[in-house]
Amino acid sequence: MKLLTGNDLATGDVVWWTGQDWSRHVEDAVDVGVHGEAILRAEEGARRVNVPYLIDAEATPQGPRPAHIKDRIRALGPTVRPDLTLKPADADAGAWVI
Amino acid sequence: MYVYDEYDQSIVDARVEEFRDQVNRRLSGAMTEDQFKPLRLMNGLYLQLHAYMLRVAVPYGTLDSRQMRMLGHIARKYDRGYGHFTTRQNIQYNWIKLADAPDILAELATVQMHAIQTSGNCIRNISSDQFAGAAADEVADPRPWAELIRQWSTFHPEFTYLPRKFKIAVIAADEDRAAMRLHDIGIQLLERDGVLGAKIFVGGGMGRTPMIAHEVKDFITADHLMSYLEACLRVYNRYGRRDNIYKARIKILLHEIGVDAYRDQVEAEFAAIRELGIDPPLAELERITAMFAGPAFATDAPDTVDRSDPDFAVWLDQNVAAHKQPGHAVVTISLKPIGGIPGDASADQIDLMADLAERYGHDELRVTHAQNIVLPHVRKADLHSIWTALRDAGLAEANLDLISDIIACPGLDYCSLANARSIPLAQKIGERFAGRQRELGELKLKISGCINACGHHHAGHIGILGVDKKGTENYQLLLGGSGAEDVSLGKITGPGFDEDGVVDAIERVTDRYVELREGGERFLDTYRRVGMQPFKEAIYG
Repeated sequence: MKLLTGNDLATGDVVWWTGQDWSRHVEDAVDVGVHGEAILRAEEGARRVNVPYLIDAEATPQGPRPAHIKDRIRALGPTVRPDLTLKPADADAGAWVI
Repeated sequence: MYVYDEYDQSIVDARVEEFRDQVNRRLSGAMTEDQFKPLRLMNGLYLQLHAYMLRVAVPYGTLDSRQMRMLGHIARKYDRGYGHFTTRQNIQYNWIKLADAPDILAELATVQMHAIQTSGNCIRNISSDQFAGAAADEVADPRPWAELIRQWSTFHPEFTYLPRKFKIAVIAADEDRAAMRLHDIGIQLLERDGVLGAKIFVGGGMGRTPMIAHEVKDFITADHLMSYLEACLRVYNRYGRRDNIYKARIKILLHEIGVDAYRDQVEAEFAAIRELGIDPPLAELERITAMFAGPAFATDAPDTVDRSDPDFAVWLDQNVAAHKQPGHAVVTISLKPIGGIPGDASADQIDLMADLAERYGHDELRVTHAQNIVLPHVRKADLHSIWTALRDAGLAEANLDLISDIIACPGLDYCSLANARSIPLAQKIGERFAGRQRELGELKLKISGCINACGHHHAGHIGILGVDKKGTENYQLLLGGSGAEDVSLGKITGPGFDEDGVVDAIERVTDRYVELREGGERFLDTYRRVGMQPFKEAIYG
């Protein structure tokens, strides 16, 4: 599957395209399929998100899992500061990255 | 400490308001990211993996307690309660919101700080010896010279768009504590026939093509230093490659045309420039130097220390250095607790270090290129009180220059350029060797998460380079580097490892070192004596 991601203009937060809007949670991301480039161009024009780009991901029962470790770290947060990730209460969240 | 005059303050204040307007235009959509990016970078604002990152300049690594407290305040108010001290003696905040950036810069300006030229293809923060003004072996305090260069290079219209970024270090002792020869320009102050001047080295650097700077000028006196530097930069600006970012640093220019040809060009340029009268009058250097006059040291401070507390004695031996003034000492506060994140300090820890500087350290702190903090002027009689306060705050790790005193870049946990994580590896190495690091002695280990070498892996006695191997993290091991006066570049041992594998490999290297070392040899000494082969055999069998 293909996901569209970028960083929110105002906050810098990592965000994922949900089909309607942007979410901080990769679980909300949708497969943009063949429409990725068109959505990317439209969102670039909207200037809400910095440097949007398309990535490969795998569909899993827990939701999309980005193919590359860099995007998995972007999706979760720094592996060395679990308290600063999006899942601070989940002790095993880091395993999802590796 | 240098104190801003009205011109310094007005240009920094004006820059804040200019950037505020740029940020507002970006947030309103009036400006594209392509238009905005070079403007935010010139103000130290990057976009990293998780958020904007702000890099704040700490000129030549020198701070007072008021400035240090401001760094803690910013961490607490605008970030997530911590900051990361860098290998360029700066500090970075990892979780900045774009709309907050102008307010942060405005707050910094109130304590004479800024983020100008902490990014972009310009002359970056001038770095220096963290022991400046305290070291017994220096011929002069290098910081007035660094400050003069900072003033010359700030907003220099000719050097704002160089082929690539440009880094300058100034030292004033034979012992190089600033990795001077791994800078684009390295300056060593010398005294010759009673005259203070400088030896100039050009073309050093790390990155994907590491090189050691060449001596291009044996001696230049203070009255012509700026015109000579102007000539060095002008030749680079004219001939440096702009067609290929990987070949744009000045080290590549020197490599391509040769040192002699570069020197000839610089001398020709210098001959013309020196007649133009652009060098500041020596009175200006003297004015700046007066601001760096050392504190009024107590002349009757006791020169002995009670070593009866064994933990304190270990810290004393490892993290406290001699001071030029009897009865005083230089303290290095390690930001490398075992299992911690190299260079990170919480807002509370930053505040505590500021308090200690104010109470015991003549109000001065330094940031080191090894990502530690120095209290340069403390009385020996206060060392135990300082250590006790540091211990209670988790800042008393006695590991300066030992294997767990690791330089590490933020790596893939934070950096958008990184290929592999650096910090988890530093944590594992620290934990693996915590029990035997003193037995191993001085062993400088440095980790970079990509070829850009922000973690100085080329200069590590043991260096580690993280690479991306088909989507997984892989680590190359290097041996034999040094950023000190015995400067050298590390060599790759062979095939790389996964995270656990590289820690095991380091253990085999250090075991072999212990078998081979003679007398008081450091790891680096043994490596240089026996070469790579015994270590390769230990690693790969």
